[in-house]
Amino acid sequence: MLTKLAGGKVYDPAHGQDGVVRDIFIRDGRIVDGPGGDTPDRTYDLSGRIVMAGAIDMHTHIGGGKVTIARTLLPEDHRGDPAVREGLMRGGCGHAAPSTLTTGYRYAEMGYTAGFEPAVLPINARQAHMEMADVPLMDVGGYVMLGSDDFFLRLLSSGADQRLINDYVAWTIRSSQCIGVKVVNPGGISAFKFNQRKLDLDEDHTYYGVTPRQILQSLARAVHELGVPHPLHVHGCNLGVPGNVDTTLNTIAGIEGLPMHLTHVQFHSYGTEGDRKFSSGAARIAEAVNANKNITVDVGQILFGATVTASGDSMRQHANAGHANPAKWVCMDIECDAGCGVVPFKYRDQNFVNALQWCIGLEVFLMVEDPWRVFLTTDHPNGAPFTSYPHLIKLLMDRSFRNDMLATINPDAAALSNLGSLQREYSLYEIAIMTRAGAARLLGLSDRGHLGAGAGADITVYRPQDDVEKMFEAPDYVFKDGELVVDHGMIVNVVWGNVHTIRPEYDRSIEGRLKDYFDRYLTMHVDNFPISDWELEGDGRSKILIHPCRTGGRS
Amino acid sequence: MSDQVSVEIRSNVPSPFCGIASDDLQIQVSGLDVRVVANGDAVTTPAFELPVEALKPRVAGVECSLDEACARAAELISRSHYPVFSGFGTDVNDTRAALSLIDRCRGVFDQKRSEPSLRNLLVVADSGWMATTLGEVKNRADVLVVFGTDIEDAFPRFFERFVWNSETLFGQDPATREVIYIGREPSGRAAYAPDGRAPWVLPCPSESWPDVAAALSALARGARLQASEIGGLAIGDLQKVVERLKNASYSVVTWAAGQLDFPNADLTVQQLCQLVVVLNETTRSGVLPLGGQNGDKTAAQVCAWQTGYPTRVSFARGYPEFDPFLFGTDRLLASGEADLLVWVASLSTLPLPVTDVPTIVIARSGMRCEREPEVFIPVGTPGIDHVGHAYRCDSVVALPLYKLRESGLPSAQAVLQGIENALDAL
Repeated sequence: MLTKLAGGKVYDPAHGQDGVVRDIFIRDGRIVDGPGGDTPDRTYDLSGRIVMAGAIDMHTHIGGGKVTIARTLLPEDHRGDPAVREGLMRGGCGHAAPSTLTTGYRYAEMGYTAGFEPAVLPINARQAHMEMADVPLMDVGGYVMLGSDDFFLRLLSSGADQRLINDYVAWTIRSSQCIGVKVVNPGGISAFKFNQRKLDLDEDHTYYGVTPRQILQSLARAVHELGVPHPLHVHGCNLGVPGNVDTTLNTIAGIEGLPMHLTHVQFHSYGTEGDRKFSSGAARIAEAVNANKNITVDVGQILFGATVTASGDSMRQHANAGHANPAKWVCMDIECDAGCGVVPFKYRDQNFVNALQWCIGLEVFLMVEDPWRVFLTTDHPNGAPFTSYPHLIKLLMDRSFRNDMLATINPDAAALSNLGSLQREYSLYEIAIMTRAGAARLLGLSDRGHLGAGAGADITVYRPQDDVEKMFEAPDYVFKDGELVVDHGMIVNVVWGNVHTIRPEYDRSIEGRLKDYFDRYLTMHVDNFPISDWELEGDGRSKILIHPCRTGGRS
Repeated sequence: MSDQVSVEIRSNVPSPFCGIASDDLQIQVSGLDVRVVANGDAVTTPAFELPVEALKPRVAGVECSLDEACARAAELISRSHYPVFSGFGTDVNDTRAALSLIDRCRGVFDQKRSEPSLRNLLVVADSGWMATTLGEVKNRADVLVVFGTDIEDAFPRFFERFVWNSETLFGQDPATREVIYIGREPSGRAAYAPDGRAPWVLPCPSESWPDVAAALSALARGARLQASEIGGLAIGDLQKVVERLKNASYSVVTWAAGQLDFPNADLTVQQLCQLVVVLNETTRSGVLPLGGQNGDKTAAQVCAWQTGYPTRVSFARGYPEFDPFLFGTDRLLASGEADLLVWVASLSTLPLPVTDVPTIVIARSGMRCEREPEVFIPVGTPGIDHVGHAYRCDSVVALPLYKLRESGLPSAQAVLQGIENALDAL
């Protein structure tokens, strides 16, 4: 099967193509150089259209225990957005904690073809994968959460050799079928179980006597030395605490040049200036990111409205539970492994703090200079549901729209922000970097996020419109692995995506140690812990893609 | 002896039946015969050892092919205005296939044991909770409060596996753990410490449990109560329980909602949850709702992620709607709204309601029906006849289930997909 996409204006930053008019050929799900002498079976005339790779959401909570807790917590939210069974689409629900099926349909309708669940608890990885398997039309993958699990903390506090920690990290990535490693409030989730209520970067965990700084260094080193393409994905200490900009800057300095990704950095960019002791630290964060090439960030933009915050950070979520709106929340300690907290929230444009949070996120976007190192996220659903991405893109691309919005928010917050003075408008090319090429590069997905030969044919075709929000809301065509899945807003084919993984090498002798640990302390047999391939591929929908690790990372 | 069937012993077999996902079972398999030879209990062993009976489907009591049974089931479903699917009783893939069919035919998803589950789920949806899991209990708990529940009756191995374990991660001697029973008395000695120390038991009649739970929550908040006793329990004793919890490093409050069998028991659960929320202002505590055996929790989890709601979901209007009262199977059958019952239970053998509406039963072979249904399709059991996945009570851990024998029985998933395909052919 040969398909020709003829004459579209191609934005493919991985190949430096900024609006190049050219043809794209797809053979058997992959992009190929040319027709090879064959006549295309199908040709789409894309003259005047904009062509990009399918978009990649590199941090979105689409699967796993806390998402389903959020679903169970919020029946009223589902009632407000029923998703009717229609055509090929099954029924479901949308808004803040959408059903898995509706999640896939709505992402696809916006031209997204991949999403990565950033908080896969090792013990809950099976659930995360089973939920993501029920997200149609999307490639998926997960970052496995470490840093508050007792096996790791025991290794670290006993002064174990870094090589042993590397082996454990590699074993965990493979067992959980993930593609990266995340740390959430390093050590803090565990400390909360010992009744510690805060844990600063250089504060000791009361039981283990290790600090978040040590945890970050150890995990970042493991990820680097194992050759994991995606740098350690860090949800830092003190999320949401005024003054945490200093923590974040210290975190950047403390990683000593190792690659590190700071996630939803908006929530970690708060100063304490002004009458209300809450101010923007975005300029300092952007300056540090610009100066430190080892650092990447995604923003975690907040947008106004009701949503739900779902996080592994049980310590901070419990501290913020009083802000729950509606007034209900769930926190959980989980299996000497991790924890979670689910707190519904309403961001209000007339609330000083919320309005300033909105400004801070946009300031980060506009002041981080290199679009290859900043990524477009709302930390779905924590800052806003992913369905608000087209609106967010418009805020970045259209300065006058942004300033119109700025004029409507809490005036004290607006006055404290330099947002109005920022001239920058993102180009289509830069949006394509942030949402495609950059994300794929950051995760080590050599066959996604670009439109060169060999890439999986995940392709989105937009009709240019004056209102970019409308353009990004409803592409004309979306192709998933070469199949046309969305045609002018209609889902015309439901296909199932791939699971992106890596398989770092490790010394198998760690397994004896793990067996002993599981036998003595945990509640399942170690053999039942790793997720086998049949569990992901057995029903014929998902397919596992294994990406190579870098070589030579080990020092 | 040439016709002797080979005997195989399988180790570390996970149980989808027990609700606490014991995965240390030793099982002997010989042909279709399955015996739990180590680490079984009064719940798990009979569930594994249930003999296979029917191997062929029946329509109107007459054996037929699977295709014929699926075709007849599809015919009944296509004629039905409002089919109710209940049982569940299933693993992940069985539930997925059922939801696909229910969505398509605009039916209702309910469970045999929705009522007990809802005593917890309604609390989550109304005020939330602060929960813990079995592994945290095993390693951290210093005080365990058991409310209105005889744990060992429903969860025979709970104490052995999670309370009287030999060691913990943080140096605590589990034998020193304090167990407090409120309401119901334990039926056996599982809650006795290894040295023979008995739990502290505060028995009171179930009519007083809502008041007792409310009193505990109020006392934890620092309220002074006018009453001097509740349900025969001295307020002073309840105060002592609260003090013990406040002084604990990590307390756990547990119940099995199935045993809180009285009207509006969710409000009692809510009081226990509020108690734990208050305790967490100064120390650490978590609730541990026990339940979810035989695939109850598994089916509810899949339903929650695919529809947004965990159970009692109707697709009648073309999208999932949740109503804990309106979409109950018994009510829908009694009112005459439902005109077809589809019973799906690949793990559970709990009886289905006796009804005059046509009935399709897709259940594990060995399940008995009081009245022969219009269609009966025996299926294999996940974790015995084919692979699968099952959740345990804390909703966090899902275990892989393995195939132990070759029975030739189809999975419920395959049958449900077969029915959906047969609908296409109509």
